[in-house]
Amino acid sequence: MIDRVIAIRNRTGLHTRPAAMLVKVASRFRSEFFIRKETFEINGKSIIGVMTLAAEQGAILHLRFDGPDEEEAATAVTSLIERGFDEE
Amino acid sequence: MDSPQSTTTELFINGIAAAPGIAIGPAYLFTKTVPRVEVKAISREEADSEIMRLRSAIARSEKELQKILAFTELKLGSQNAKIFEAQIMILGDRILLDSVEKRIREELHNAEFVIYDEISKYKKLMLEASDEYMHERAHDVDDVMNRIIRNIRDQKLFSKLEGEAIIVSETLTPADTVILSRNQVLGYATDLGGVTSHAAIISRSLKIPAVVGLHSATTHVHSGDIIAIDGYAGALIVRPQPATVETLQRKAQRIRNFEEQLHGIASLGAETPDHRRIELSANIEFPEEVEFARMQGSAGIGLYRTESQVIAKGAFPEEEEQFEAYRSVAEGMAPFPVIFRTFDIGGDKVIPDTTREQNPFLGWRGIRVMLDRPALFLTQLRAILRASAHGNVRIMFPMVSKLHEIRAAKQLLQRAKDSLTSDNIPFDPKVKIGLMIEVPSAVILAEEFAAEVDFLSIGTNDLIQYLLAVDRENSSVSQLFQHFNPAVIRAIKMIVDAGHKRHVWIGMCGEMAGDPLATVLLMGLGLDELSVNPSILPEIKKIIRSVKHKDARKVAEKMLTLSTEDEIKEFLASLVRNKIPELPIE
Repeated sequence: MIDRVIAIRNRTGLHTRPAAMLVKVASRFRSEFFIRKETFEINGKSIIGVMTLAAEQGAILHLRFDGPDEEEAATAVTSLIERGFDEE
Repeated sequence: MDSPQSTTTELFINGIAAAPGIAIGPAYLFTKTVPRVEVKAISREEADSEIMRLRSAIARSEKELQKILAFTELKLGSQNAKIFEAQIMILGDRILLDSVEKRIREELHNAEFVIYDEISKYKKLMLEASDEYMHERAHDVDDVMNRIIRNIRDQKLFSKLEGEAIIVSETLTPADTVILSRNQVLGYATDLGGVTSHAAIISRSLKIPAVVGLHSATTHVHSGDIIAIDGYAGALIVRPQPATVETLQRKAQRIRNFEEQLHGIASLGAETPDHRRIELSANIEFPEEVEFARMQGSAGIGLYRTESQVIAKGAFPEEEEQFEAYRSVAEGMAPFPVIFRTFDIGGDKVIPDTTREQNPFLGWRGIRVMLDRPALFLTQLRAILRASAHGNVRIMFPMVSKLHEIRAAKQLLQRAKDSLTSDNIPFDPKVKIGLMIEVPSAVILAEEFAAEVDFLSIGTNDLIQYLLAVDRENSSVSQLFQHFNPAVIRAIKMIVDAGHKRHVWIGMCGEMAGDPLATVLLMGLGLDELSVNPSILPEIKKIIRSVKHKDARKVAEKMLTLSTEDEIKEFLASLVRNKIPELPIE
């Protein structure tokens, strides 16, 4: 199991488009992926869940990956968030 | 007035004209009842078929939404289609659907209830967020849920809508308007909404007559009743009598004849027979209106009321959100110019964080607000400047009453330009600026004001209110609100002369600019630009093309000698009747 803590960098936060990108990337892997913001945790492969997070710019997220390809999944997801979802 | 209970007599209900046209036909009462969901126990054997029902309902919902999405993209552009994209993504959420299917199997409850229960959890969380954006997403989630439930129950959305009908509804969302228009919709009548509601804008662009703000249409109309709507006058007539039908048909015929004559005028210039060109442009509030303005043959946007975005959102949008809207207007209108009026908030409009004023029209509004909130002002100026890299952008400041204000606004504009330059963001460095003349002090100082800018635009609605000291919303004095008051006409003359002396062009964007009776007078007074409601634009163009500028000047000279509005109005009405007898003026 891999735990990561990461801040949302892009201006618009985890709004619809970035949320869709995040789910799409995470769904490529077999590992389970959960996102926690404060005390609220959702499945990172669920678009409705990620939308519900309401993660604005600056929000701190706790990511949890668990499964056979957890390393690769963690790298792909964190890099997407760090790149600010390629906005602008 | 007839009793509403009566089923044989006709009933007139007044509302707001939202999209032009006349329609007569059977009513279809469109009610969006939120489905009542009941929890039912199912047997273990029924679980599989329950899941199959769910899956086919999801597939059908997706098909419906794909159609709406394609239609919306085509008719209204991809910006408006985004909400449907989000809804389609939710339908494809495997995690959500897997857990619903799992619960159906384990709890042995009906699909309807489980999907309702599961999606409601997310909806509740979204509604708890303080963010306006999240509340909108909760509506999307709600829409998706209702669509799935409807499809589980295997109801066809418009099974009752057979043949042509006038849709009567409490309110219509953009999605309703779009999907309903795929059927044979003759017209729309709604209890709520104003001219600027999205449904009104969409029906205008779809060319379907609409009347909104009727308050009690849904209580007086039943499906199948014969009704008529007059999208010019803004009226709904329930069970119209033969004489009424005949009057309406005659009116429709008269307007159709005139429109036939106007056919093709969209591609012609607004030029008098003696070759004086008037820049004839359109007033808009939302980016969605650009297409309609172009269709009507507009040569630009003379007034883009940018505050509509603030009012619709209930808050100031961020730079990015403003920029997106501004860019789509600038791009949509290019190469024609778009005049962006900076936020005109206060007075009759909402400002999110203001306290109630004793006398809002003499209070904190227009440029006064924005100069007191330089950070908000800079954000908007940056957004407009960024849009200037994508089209022909002009900037206009509202409610300027002293020179200091326009100078301060120009300084802020310079700051916005400097910040964009240092951020390496492109914009048009020579963007033209202007100000609205709508306060008497600005009329008197027009020449000094003109020296500061590239153009002036006369906002007649406020100018008349301040010049004549009449609140037109106050029914005891509203009859005194007259744009043919000689004082108004002479004030316009003063502004035009002062501006021309300084070699700046003079426009008009108030309602007077769109009054067909006023067109000849305004041409004669020397206005260079008229910006009008897009639906009236072809008529105004027809008048410009019918009257020589030379003659219009003589008319204006004569009007400047008359001393009552009745004489002026009478003269102009008979002039228009003589010159353009086919014009359907009331």
